[in-house]
Amino acid sequence: MADRCILHVDLNNFYAGVECMLDPALRSRAVAVCGSVEERHGIVLAKNYHAKAFGVRTGEAVWEARQKCPHLTVVPPHFEQYLKFSRLTREIYGRYTDQVESYGMDECWLDVTGSGCFGSGFEIAEEIRRSVKEELGLTVSAGVSFNKIFAKLGSDLKKPDAVTCIDRDNFKENIWPLPASELLGVGRRTGKALASYGIHTIGQLAGASDRLLQRHLGIHGLRLKQYACGLDCSPVTRDGEEAPVKSVGHGTTTLQDLCCAEEVWLVMLELVQEVGSRLRKHRKRAKGVAISIRNHQLITKEWQTRLEFATRDPLRLARAAFALFERGYDWRLPIRSVTVRAIDLVEEDLPVQLGFFTDAARLEREERREEAVESIRRRFGKQAVRNAVLCRSERLFSRQEAEIVMPTGMVL
Amino acid sequence: MGNVRKVYVKVNLDVDESGNIRPRRITWEDGRVYEIDRLRHRCRAASTRVGGCGIRYTVVIGGKETYLFQEDDRWFVEGKGGAEPADTREG
Repeated sequence: MADRCILHVDLNNFYAGVECMLDPALRSRAVAVCGSVEERHGIVLAKNYHAKAFGVRTGEAVWEARQKCPHLTVVPPHFEQYLKFSRLTREIYGRYTDQVESYGMDECWLDVTGSGCFGSGFEIAEEIRRSVKEELGLTVSAGVSFNKIFAKLGSDLKKPDAVTCIDRDNFKENIWPLPASELLGVGRRTGKALASYGIHTIGQLAGASDRLLQRHLGIHGLRLKQYACGLDCSPVTRDGEEAPVKSVGHGTTTLQDLCCAEEVWLVMLELVQEVGSRLRKHRKRAKGVAISIRNHQLITKEWQTRLEFATRDPLRLARAAFALFERGYDWRLPIRSVTVRAIDLVEEDLPVQLGFFTDAARLEREERREEAVESIRRRFGKQAVRNAVLCRSERLFSRQEAEIVMPTGMVL
Repeated sequence: MGNVRKVYVKVNLDVDESGNIRPRRITWEDGRVYEIDRLRHRCRAASTRVGGCGIRYTVVIGGKETYLFQEDDRWFVEGKGGAEPADTREG
């Protein structure tokens, strides 16, 4: 079978790129898009190349960035603009193929195997690069290869505003010398594990013994080796198709640190409403709940538990999450952020095995109540119906959280 | 090029049965009205001079070619200093 032709297109410094496009006065300056310090999201979300030259890094605190680059121009994020430009770039990709898979707002894979009438993969990538620049004023870097993994690595090789081809003849030369941590699926922990066995580059990973990888990393290790050898065959999903949802979570950094269990309960109540509503949207129920708690020193801990039966009732999720919290957290430090996730999801119409003493009629009433609440929220906004107890907790939440769906791993 | 600025303007449009839009005249911020003599070209483009992007109409006003951008529901031109629409020809 002939090789596939996959492009990976990455919008360079996306948030900062959009800001500089909208305001040309920023272009010559070192710019960082940062969350609000007052709302305690004061970290660098993106930066342009001038700021990068000073060593400003994504994820660091605004004050750290300013220390490195005293004349840094800090701009607030405009998520609605980023969503708009993300959509417009996908429209450009859609001219060449309907197989466009988003990976976050600023990256996409395109399968152009069947798009020969538009030219070769390289020609299409070049045309996309030019169109995005002329039509939207943004730059992209693109990788062209025979699988998704190498296409992604290719798009990282030359930045910004460039196209890189990785084919069967040059991947050993171009990809294998790269650090193993660059490979999709190798996070901090896996990277450390690999390094402890002397595997530092993608080439070394490709040459590692199956037994060693399986023993220490399980099936994930073998999959990584396949990636390194160029044997990834995962498809690019079609336009509009979504990867199956594996968990639904919602988290927040509160405006002030949480100092008592009651406050944590309020935050959880607020979060589960959104979790419940998204479960409903995806037509799922959860058989488990996970919480992650980040304390004042930015150390995060996570716990999870199984539920008695699959549910999406916010109150039940909140109770389970809170019980988990009370069992696990030691309160040595105040809490900065809380995330609640519904895990172990099943289809909503899957029959539920209830316990002998469960009141089925009551469950039905709860379900109808939630349906009513959801319908009001859909029609009149998310603030239309809230738990009364949350009315006195305004100081905990910031009200303008954009809804951004972060990339879900193609890596299992 | 230094003092080119983004000027949002009022635009009179003709819309035909198929929904095609044709800008007819623009009203400058001080109230002066400029008739659009010709519409040369229409494409999606970014304004490298004043920032932003949208549907770019290449129009002729008073014998000079200039750009008119439709950015979502608003329209802007690349204004020269404080005066009038900038000539698109460089130099």
